[in-house]
Amino acid sequence: MLLSILFIPFIAAIILLFIKDDKRANATAIGFSAIILGVALYIVFTKTATFDIAWLPQLNSRFLLQADGLAKILILLTAISFPAILIATANNQPKQKHIFLSLLMFTQTGLMGVFLAGDALLFYFFWELALIPVYFLCSIWGGEKRIAITFKFFIYTFVGSLFMLIGIILLYSNTTDHSFLIESFKHATLTSSQQMTAFILFFIAFAIKMPIFPLHTWQPDAYEQSPTAVTMVLSAVMVKMGLYGILRWLLPLFPIAAKTASVFIVDLSVIGVLYASFIAIRQDDIKRLIAYSSIAHIGLMSAALFTQNEIGTQGVLAQLFSHGINVLGLWIVADVIEQQTGTRSMKDLGGLAKKQPTLAILLIGFAFANIALPLTNAFVGEFLMFNSLFQFNPWVAAAAGVSIILAAIYTLNMVQKVAYGVVSEKINRMQSPNKNAQAVLIVLLVVVFFTGVYPQPLFNLTADTLQNLFVK
Amino acid sequence: MNAIIFSAFFGVVMMFCSWGIKSAGAQKNITLFGLLVLILANLAQMNGWWVIDFDTKGMLAFNRFGLYTNTILFGLTFIYIWINGEEIEKIGNHAADFYALFFFILCGVSVLTSFDNLLMLFIGIEILSIPLYILTGADKKNLLSNEASLKYFLMGSFSTGILLLGITFIYGATGSFHLATPILNTTTGLPREQFLLAGGLILLFAALNFKVSAAPFHFWTPDVYDGAPTVFTSFMATIVKAAAFIAFFIVFESQSKALGYTWNIILPFVIVATLLVGNITAVFQRSVKRMLAYSSIAQAGFMLFALYGKSNFATEGLLLYAVVYSLATIGVFGVLVKMKEYSFDAFNGLAKAHPLLAFTTTIFLCSLAGIPITGGFFAKYYMLNALYVAGAGLWLLITAIIFAAISVYYYFKLIQAMYFTPGVPALQEVSNAYQYKLVFIAILLLVLGILPSVLFNYLYF
Repeated sequence: MLLSILFIPFIAAIILLFIKDDKRANATAIGFSAIILGVALYIVFTKTATFDIAWLPQLNSRFLLQADGLAKILILLTAISFPAILIATANNQPKQKHIFLSLLMFTQTGLMGVFLAGDALLFYFFWELALIPVYFLCSIWGGEKRIAITFKFFIYTFVGSLFMLIGIILLYSNTTDHSFLIESFKHATLTSSQQMTAFILFFIAFAIKMPIFPLHTWQPDAYEQSPTAVTMVLSAVMVKMGLYGILRWLLPLFPIAAKTASVFIVDLSVIGVLYASFIAIRQDDIKRLIAYSSIAHIGLMSAALFTQNEIGTQGVLAQLFSHGINVLGLWIVADVIEQQTGTRSMKDLGGLAKKQPTLAILLIGFAFANIALPLTNAFVGEFLMFNSLFQFNPWVAAAAGVSIILAAIYTLNMVQKVAYGVVSEKINRMQSPNKNAQAVLIVLLVVVFFTGVYPQPLFNLTADTLQNLFVK
Repeated sequence: MNAIIFSAFFGVVMMFCSWGIKSAGAQKNITLFGLLVLILANLAQMNGWWVIDFDTKGMLAFNRFGLYTNTILFGLTFIYIWINGEEIEKIGNHAADFYALFFFILCGVSVLTSFDNLLMLFIGIEILSIPLYILTGADKKNLLSNEASLKYFLMGSFSTGILLLGITFIYGATGSFHLATPILNTTTGLPREQFLLAGGLILLFAALNFKVSAAPFHFWTPDVYDGAPTVFTSFMATIVKAAAFIAFFIVFESQSKALGYTWNIILPFVIVATLLVGNITAVFQRSVKRMLAYSSIAQAGFMLFALYGKSNFATEGLLLYAVVYSLATIGVFGVLVKMKEYSFDAFNGLAKAHPLLAFTTTIFLCSLAGIPITGGFFAKYYMLNALYVAGAGLWLLITAIIFAAISVYYYFKLIQAMYFTPGVPALQEVSNAYQYKLVFIAILLLVLGILPSVLFNYLYF
């Protein structure tokens, strides 16, 4: 089963290369992603599974896939995101759509591999594999400044992952049984300075991917210039790779170094949260606003992770899923507006509620989730995260708390400008609503409120991860 | 021994074959057949089926590693000629002469993988180099080719002179040409002899650095690679370079420990200088051919890691690196020979005009840059691990990866030209069969990128 979730998207990607007709390519991609969702649900609702064969005998590296709670929740997120993205953007017409879809499927293969790999070399392999199709997607189909900006993004993450590679070599050479398995890495004999070095090497890779201030500069540009479907993948799923890396590798492998560095990293994250929130307030472009708001949310999650507190980690685990769903919803709304009006600038928008009430209601729903109002899923996670920050240091919690107010300012400002006010010329020209996108949005909004009111399934799913991290 | 005799024999056969056989296609096929026989003869010795054996008085030693390297390098030559046969025919009047020279080079390669005596090292390097000087000047009517040939010849002879001087010093200090004898030992021996020995080893090191084009002995490389006919550049940058590295490795593998502290100062200096010169200069090149020349210097910097200290990673990694780098370079040059001009702009819009060609080129470039699922990733991984295991400082590894990231810049510049810049590629007619040959190389690189261990299965037993 675990192998099939890697191979189905891979096979889909290969098949898609040969389907030249746009409509049929679309149907094939959606069909395959639905099958993947089915398989993912099966994995989520069955017991922890592993798949293990020898990969490189000389290096003693194994092709080991493991699905514990942490992996399951992210597989679920990935598997939900892809069909949602494909259906919502089905009407977009990039040139050579079959290749576009094929590259998206390759990305999904890489992502699934990252979340399942239990062997460091395999993890690195998929980590890079997820990046390369995205490079081509953004560079071929992106906005005007796509080539330079995507290249910046690529080099940034590539350098980060090379640092991680050195970290892997360092750990591998110090394991007693010369193996890349995460269990052997945990028992590697490292001096405290070696542990700190390895911690830094891994951390750089994850910090660039998340991204944490001051390594975030690639992100808003990349989000803005990428084609919308790719932006959705990037912000809903790919940034989770960084957080996943911290949860799966960084904290369990280097507990002492993580404790030492925690104050520094929490402070950096909180600075990033405030910084991104202030910038978000000044944005006029909806895409950039969502991008900065996403940086703020991820920063909060990283801060909560490094408090190394059970409650905070619980919050992050739930928020991994919730943030993906919320940001996906916001992107889809923004995409529908951009497709129909041809603009993303809030100056030119207004009066959406009068012209298209359903879309406006959906926008407001996701906006509430973005501010983490009670009853929405984000509230659960953020409440737990702030709780842990407060236990860590009340002053830090107070500083981070300001971001809630800032989030309300920029999000509600956006709602006000887009949904209310005088009906603008461009909104007036909007034609019939995009039925596909609205259907997807409604489903996502149901998930938002369901997990907001009853988050227990998310907690149950990740209970084993939490236990591994905190019960020694 | 089989390889040395058979390659020399086929060299002579090819020299005279143009009397009877005029068709260039037939000459190419004879060469390929000869190479197959050569590979089989070498395999026969490797597996102990059949050996032409006589006493070499300890001049040559045939071990598994050397013989296996032979097989690999002959195989690479086979792929090289299989792909580039048509292009070789276009240069000069007598293709058979070039094929004869290839066989003589392979004879030099076989000596370099099996020498156990410094004199044989010298002879091997000479057998390898002299045909190369001729090949560089093969395009007789082209001034650049003549200039490159002369430059290569003068500087090459000079470096061989230094090699010989180094060997003389070592002989003076130890009284032996044998490879195992000249081990620097500071506790015994007279100071003057130690001084001679150290001087000899340094001269040997410099001369071999020249052969693998490591900085600061790299100055000939860009001009020679640029001036030589493109098909022959491809051969020089791949198989010849790999063979020179194997020789370098055999000489210094046993020495590195004895040299100890000195070694840990000299080698990192050369490594960093090579990476710096190769990568930084490659960034600024306008011609793809010159960029590849500098990138080959940069790649030599990575291959030097294997010399840092003895380990399985070093042995396996050097082989893997040689194979992967050679395959990718043969592939890129295979595309380059079909271009009308060598600027980056000539590649604009290649993806639209020839998607398959652009895709295979992308795989070659990704492999050179060391990106996963291509063989280049594991090659770089092995080298970095070898460096760490040999006790190099972390700073050296970090320097290495920073330069690896810089190399992405110039390799991807070509990918950007092919995929993202619209235009009409300045490409000659490319047949489908030719494209499939390149696809074959790309598949080999992908196989090595997922299962590099297939290469090592025959190394040890």
